[in-house]
Amino acid sequence: MIENVLLQIHEPGETPMPHAGDEALAVGIDLGTTNSVVAVSKEGTPEVLRDENGHGLVPSVVAYAPDGSAIVGNLAKQLLLMRPETVISSVKRLMGRGLADVKSISGTLPFEVVEGEGMVRVKIAGKELTPVEISADILRALKERAEDQLKYKVEQAVITVPAYFDDAARTATKDAARLAGLDVLRLVNEPTAAALAYGLDQQAEGVYAVYDLGGGTFDLSLLRMEKGVFQVKATGGDAALGGDDFDHAILEYFLEERREKFGEEKLTTDDVKIALVTARMAKECMTENDEGDFVLEFNEKMSKHTLKRENFDELAAPLVERTIEICRNVLEDADTFPDEVKGVVLVGGSTRVPLVRKRVGELFEQDPLADIDPDEVVAVGASLQAEALTVGSDNLLLDVTPLSLGIETMGGIVEKVIPRNTPIPVAKAQEFTTYQDGQSAMAIHALQGEREMVDQNRSLARFILKGIPPMTAGAARIRVTFSVDADGLLTVGAEEVTTGVSQEVAVKPSYGLSDEEMAEMLRDSMVHARDDMEIRLLTEARVEARRVMEAVYSALHIDGKLLNEDERAHINVILNKLDETIAGEDRHAITAMMEELDRETQVFAQRRMDKGIEEALTGINVEKLENAIES
Amino acid sequence: MDAQSSNMTLRNDHSGLHPCWSCKGPVAEADLFCETCHAVQPPGHIDHFTRLGLHQVYDVDVDGLERTYFELQRHLHPDRFAKKTPKEKSLSQQQAVSLNEAFETLKDPLLRADYLLQVLGEDGISHDHTVNDPALLMEAMETREALMEADSVDAVNGLTTKARRDVRDCVKSIAAAFAEQKLNEARKLALRLKYLTKLLEETRQHKARLVLK
Repeated sequence: MIENVLLQIHEPGETPMPHAGDEALAVGIDLGTTNSVVAVSKEGTPEVLRDENGHGLVPSVVAYAPDGSAIVGNLAKQLLLMRPETVISSVKRLMGRGLADVKSISGTLPFEVVEGEGMVRVKIAGKELTPVEISADILRALKERAEDQLKYKVEQAVITVPAYFDDAARTATKDAARLAGLDVLRLVNEPTAAALAYGLDQQAEGVYAVYDLGGGTFDLSLLRMEKGVFQVKATGGDAALGGDDFDHAILEYFLEERREKFGEEKLTTDDVKIALVTARMAKECMTENDEGDFVLEFNEKMSKHTLKRENFDELAAPLVERTIEICRNVLEDADTFPDEVKGVVLVGGSTRVPLVRKRVGELFEQDPLADIDPDEVVAVGASLQAEALTVGSDNLLLDVTPLSLGIETMGGIVEKVIPRNTPIPVAKAQEFTTYQDGQSAMAIHALQGEREMVDQNRSLARFILKGIPPMTAGAARIRVTFSVDADGLLTVGAEEVTTGVSQEVAVKPSYGLSDEEMAEMLRDSMVHARDDMEIRLLTEARVEARRVMEAVYSALHIDGKLLNEDERAHINVILNKLDETIAGEDRHAITAMMEELDRETQVFAQRRMDKGIEEALTGINVEKLENAIES
Repeated sequence: MDAQSSNMTLRNDHSGLHPCWSCKGPVAEADLFCETCHAVQPPGHIDHFTRLGLHQVYDVDVDGLERTYFELQRHLHPDRFAKKTPKEKSLSQQQAVSLNEAFETLKDPLLRADYLLQVLGEDGISHDHTVNDPALLMEAMETREALMEADSVDAVNGLTTKARRDVRDCVKSIAAAFAEQKLNEARKLALRLKYLTKLLEETRQHKARLVLK
């Protein structure tokens, strides 16, 4: 039975008043491995922003000119064949990755990576760049496209990430947006964004599977959609499996043919980049045709290769079967059988591969749906969410954490703190103890993954909790709290419970950028970091001051009679002064005036509390009395 | 509801009034938003049942519970606070976290039983790890053997149906035990439910292996 009296929901002020200077629009961005898309939604109608030729897709390819400026998109893609040493593609595969991760990705990679700690760096056009900086260049290009077309400043965005992206890759994406001068309203999982677009467009209801095979990542999400609620039941995937792998498989096949003809050959990174373009063409050819002829040329030797349907299917099969296996695991996690799934939505260009459609259809016992362009559906969903976050919406997106989060314990075993598929946001605490007498510090190592041993999972962060008071072994109680926010990002905190010693802990990300690196990049970037920071602080002070004023106005409206005329006039004077400082540019003045308002309303606040308590004791609150009796 | 208990409700509702962080006016522990300035409040120190508008009873209408959960999330989820101040964003996240925790606990019959026992001042079922109910142990062994031997989907389906029915009956018995204040009995039944839930999970996995291969 639901008790009415407890559901005291008030309007959280969901229709924000438009303020002067607020003419910016928030966009949705699909930052893809192969292509990126930017879209905007106005009054519930999403629109993909296209170039003059009507192309919505911006190839996620960046070329660096001799002066250091970045060229993004189709032009960069053309330069790939002419000046491969200045061009980089598929950089998303490197987001939040260390050197060891990159080396473990199978096949010949078109990257020249630099040895070093933390996040991998790429050598390109004579420079060493992080994947974050390169992604920021792509995001800047998308921001410019949006601003040119919309004739508005674009400073806020919803950016999509693969559901299976781990914490390091999510953080890297957010950092890239910051470098590009974009405020990330929310990171949304790609399949969830697709479901949002699909559900709202087709009014789908029931349990749906979203099969998202992009250039470099694979996700499968099972969602329940009904009446404006999009609830992710379970998600799974592989952050290193995508259409790129089909290209690599085809390339290996061609190279094997060449080896038979010319013997062992040495290929440069630039040779690989060009050869991959051919392999990609071959793959795309296989969508419509059953056979195609292709030519490779390097080391001044030309070779001709024929790719037939059966060869391609054979090459693709292991990759497709891996995705099918993941689908099965997710179905099992969600306690759902294939015939209970009402529809399967295909997302990502790689779902055009005929073998993919065939095998997905077989598993789910139905023809998959591709009503909305699989290349654009994610950006469309992101734009709808951007509008929902800024303008308001009745729809609700409830997502889950894709991977279990845990902590290293004795013997290199991982103790899970938050299991996968837990609805977010979530916070969970676990207690640990010391194992030596007088132990004053404890190393805390946060990990992500499903396996039992530390080295089989992904290291997220390490830090040391210091200042534990000396106690006998096992007496201290260290409470470690894991919090995952709505962006899927993790924060870890630790405190010693018995003494209440809580320690501020700095998390050093294992594969991220440090704060110093980030600050340096912001300084170096075209964005005027300092000015930007000032503007941001001023905006925040204004927002806060408006909130404070609204709060006082509400209080005056309801309890104004608790003040005499003089007192009321005094508060009004301060309110007016605060209003004037908000109109100005001095954030310190705004803060000072807010503090004054707080001081001068303390007596008022005290009287309101006294009144509230008095009412509670005498029970004159008729509305509450009635509610209580009704229940 | 009799006069005495409605008084109780009223008093509970108003105990521990504290000032709203935003406008300093009085708010109650369970309030989500300030009545005066409508600012979101930190999650109150209230139990999961209260948070989801329920009495502390075991028998819960899960569909109704879910509707309440969605409705509350519609107001409290961080997506509703994207344009708000950092303080309000952080409070909304805390509220959504508490709400998720309450819902995840109460929608699950086993977690709910365990939680209710603790709310009522009893030990939860994870308190002791050994099951010393010989009848339950015997039943567990026999069923597991039957499952191991099941090599067709039909055979597993038979076991699944039985396990489902057992779960349903067990949940009903737990509700009855709680209703009659027989907390030891409820605890014993909850331990049985724990075993049955695990069994049902195993039959699912077994079936999935047979169906999907």
